Amino acid sequence: MNDIPEVIRTIPLNYYLYFSTALFCIGIIGVLTRRNAIIIFMCIELMLNSVNLLLTAFSSYRSDPNGQIFVFFIMAVAAAEVAVGLAIIVMIYRNVRSTDINILNKLKW
Amino acid sequence: MTGNFFYFLTFLTLFAAIGVVVSKNPVYSVLFMILTFFALTGHYILLNAQFLAAVNFIVYMGAIMVLFLFVIMFLNMREDTEQHKPVLSKIAAAIAGGILFVVMIAALKDVNTQMMQPAVFDSQIGMVENLGKVLFRDYLLPFELASVLFLAAMAGAVMLGKREPGEQNRF
Repeated sequence: MNDIPEVIRTIPLNYYLYFSTALFCIGIIGVLTRRNAIIIFMCIELMLNSVNLLLTAFSSYRSDPNGQIFVFFIMAVAAAEVAVGLAIIVMIYRNVRSTDINILNKLKW
Repeated sequence: MTGNFFYFLTFLTLFAAIGVVVSKNPVYSVLFMILTFFALTGHYILLNAQFLAAVNFIVYMGAIMVLFLFVIMFLNMREDTEQHKPVLSKIAAAIAGGILFVVMIAALKDVNTQMMQPAVFDSQIGMVENLGKVLFRDYLLPFELASVLFLAAMAGAVMLGKREPGEQNRF
């Protein structure tokens, strides 16, 4: 029952750190390069998931369940965020017939 | 064997994540996103976090991604609808993200993460039974507050989606 999973024995935790960092940076590049609001939203989800994976990895390696509870709450908040965010995007599309964020550049000032 | 599986899943995740960013067609972006989440579910299973794997599979791949796909098809987006940023700002964004990656790797390179103690290691913490006990004993208040959050989000989404009287009705 208490045998250590093979990944935890063979893969160092640092690999998960590098992997999550790479995924997070891909998400940041996506947010910076795209103009479609929905794609930007998906890249934010990508960043959230990289953090989720890292929390799970730390939690599994330390065999501490609190990290996985945190991931569960992050997923719950992300689900609520997606519902509201997509409603806002649909509303913007209904008004300006586009989801291009450059139309909304007045929000910058 | 498991190590090879880890590397395969890692490369699949990174490949699909890059696919999300570079795809011209938003529908392909969503499909790549689903592939990313599928690979992440595999990672959770490898880490022996069965509950999170199930939740990731059902909530992310099942609910959230279908919502994205639904909205994209609802708004009828195609490749030609998105105007692209100038190449210069794309290169600048890629350099900025890459530099952040390099800085993070440099900062994390020498970190000491050897903190696993085989004597007190419990491989069952990711199971539903264990997490349920922790969730309903130590985290009962946040769990209940999450339900209030969901109620507020649902009401907000319905309110935002409703058509206002003075709104343009072209859609």
